[in-house]
Amino acid sequence: MKKNWPILVVDDEEVMCESMAAWLREDGYRVDIAPNGQKGVELAKASDYAICFVDLKMPEGMDGIETMMEIRRVRPEASVIIITAYATVDTAIQAMKEGAQEYIVKPCNPQEISMLVSRILKLKKLQSENAILRKKLARQYRHHDIITKNPRMEEILRLTQEIASLRSTVLIRGESGTGKELVARAVHFSGNRAEKPFIVVSCAALTETLLESELFGYERGAFTGANAQARGKFELADGGTIFLDEIGDISPKLQGDLLRVLQERRFYRVGGSREVEVDARVIAATNKNLAEQVHQGRFREDLYYRLNVIEINLPPLRDRREDIPLLAEHFVQRISSELGKEISGITAPALKLLIAHDWPGNVRELENVIERAIVTCHNGVLDEQDVSWLRHKDLTAPVWEVPDVPLEELERQAIVAALERKQGNIKEASAALGIDRSTLYDKLKRYEISHRN
Amino acid sequence: MKTLYLVAMGDVPKQVMEWIEHAAAEWLPVAIRRLEARVIPERAYDPKRKQYQSVEMMKMLAEMLPPDSCRLLGVTDVDLAIPMLSFLFGQAQVDGPVALISVCRLRQEFYGLRADEDVLRSRVVKEVLHELGHTFGLVHCDDPKCAMSLATHIQRVDEKDEQYCAQCGLQLLKRFSSQEAEVS
Ligand SMILES: [Zn+2]
Ligand SMILES: [Zn+2]
Repeated sequence: MKKNWPILVVDDEEVMCESMAAWLREDGYRVDIAPNGQKGVELAKASDYAICFVDLKMPEGMDGIETMMEIRRVRPEASVIIITAYATVDTAIQAMKEGAQEYIVKPCNPQEISMLVSRILKLKKLQSENAILRKKLARQYRHHDIITKNPRMEEILRLTQEIASLRSTVLIRGESGTGKELVARAVHFSGNRAEKPFIVVSCAALTETLLESELFGYERGAFTGANAQARGKFELADGGTIFLDEIGDISPKLQGDLLRVLQERRFYRVGGSREVEVDARVIAATNKNLAEQVHQGRFREDLYYRLNVIEINLPPLRDRREDIPLLAEHFVQRISSELGKEISGITAPALKLLIAHDWPGNVRELENVIERAIVTCHNGVLDEQDVSWLRHKDLTAPVWEVPDVPLEELERQAIVAALERKQGNIKEASAALGIDRSTLYDKLKRYEISHRN
Repeated sequence: MKTLYLVAMGDVPKQVMEWIEHAAAEWLPVAIRRLEARVIPERAYDPKRKQYQSVEMMKMLAEMLPPDSCRLLGVTDVDLAIPMLSFLFGQAQVDGPVALISVCRLRQEFYGLRADEDVLRSRVVKEVLHELGHTFGLVHCDDPKCAMSLATHIQRVDEKDEQYCAQCGLQLLKRFSSQEAEVS
């Protein structure tokens, strides 16, 4: 058999399914068909489809987007192609944002679809060749996504196992890049909800109204553009876990809505009048000091206590420097195999530089630094010079001592520096200095500083 | 020996049916017979797209399959489509008894050119070999010259030879003889 990639077609219209399948079979593919989303997901669980064609509009049960998200959950490797009619191209673009590989508007030219299929499969073939190699590595780390020998981190890992099968809300605190989502995943996938969805929502990325419909879904006609009913992330997380990242950023109104879900485990879709019941465990994360936010009146106290039933505080990387060599080695192995570059390890001097760095961006920054070093590395091992720019970064970090000069001289220097930074832009320089423009002009005259606009 | 049946669906020029009979006879050692032309049922017509649904036509063919047939090839002059695709030159059941070809888009006139009988005959032959090949279990071939290569537009049809490549030809023969052995 020259093509052993199975393909799935999900459409409520039988003619559409059958004819599409027949056409693809002439090309030598094994094709399965499903008359609805549920059946499609069921089939996807049993077979490793390379491509799933999913019709956007299916009047009964799951719609195309939900089907796609479920299929992608059980088969993250599968490429989903959304099929749509002209009227719904907007929604198809939405589908792409949700992770569809492509969308096609029916009816389409045979050439278009045959090129699309062969393009995707060519890519799959390449990926599967790489994946064999990568899997060998991944297997070693599957159970050790969080790599540590730091006692505080080990304590946290123990805690994640203990609380995994509880339903209690968890609040994870930590600077950005410390791995809050990894810990949340560890909790979810170690517990009795592991087979159910783990849904991530980044609260800071969306405006209030968008976040509201993202979380709770909406009814048809709730606002312009709401052409169909849509389920929110809470509903999608039913039975599983919803991870609310950057919870400290949500608006007072949403704080109220969220509190209600946590208390009553039910909510209304936007524009809806019927309550929806949901059983989703909430894990929230923040890099802010929520207690402080509560104190300042910016975060509801009642919500804070609802969220903070179990608290996990992740230490920054600079407080667990003993993990830096372990993490660095891990990233070198993973990233070099991903990039297809043979890098055997890190030299001692390079490691010394890594350990000395302060890592304000924490583990994520370390990962980025290793990736950058691997990309530019030429001799098979990461050496001091591959990460030497870190040292410059550390040296130029703001270590500033107040010089022993008259106050006027200090002011002059501050003005010159601000003008330089803002490339002579008076408006921005004055804003940076915290004075108004006319004051800045006065001072420029007084210190005889010339400027160009 | 079983029989390959040909049937015109709607009006199809006699000449076209003769070309097809010749081409099939050249490649398959079977008896070939023509059924009486059928009228295309109204339900196969899609007024929105002004095309005919290939699926309906294939269903019709499957229902009229004579008991002593080894294959049934429908031939039509109307424009074929399926919901997903804007058109089809033809359709076949892979390793099944029924196939269908449309002459409509094989005509130069379709592309605003002057009618050309030689060009039409050549294209019809390639399509017949292609769809019959499918019914004997062949799938698309990577050799662009082979009749079994996938053509998604008319230029691709013209690039093909009026024959199978060595591999596809051999496979066809194998499939054919093993199926003959089964029935006898
Ligand atoms: Zn074909
Ligand atoms: Zn061939």
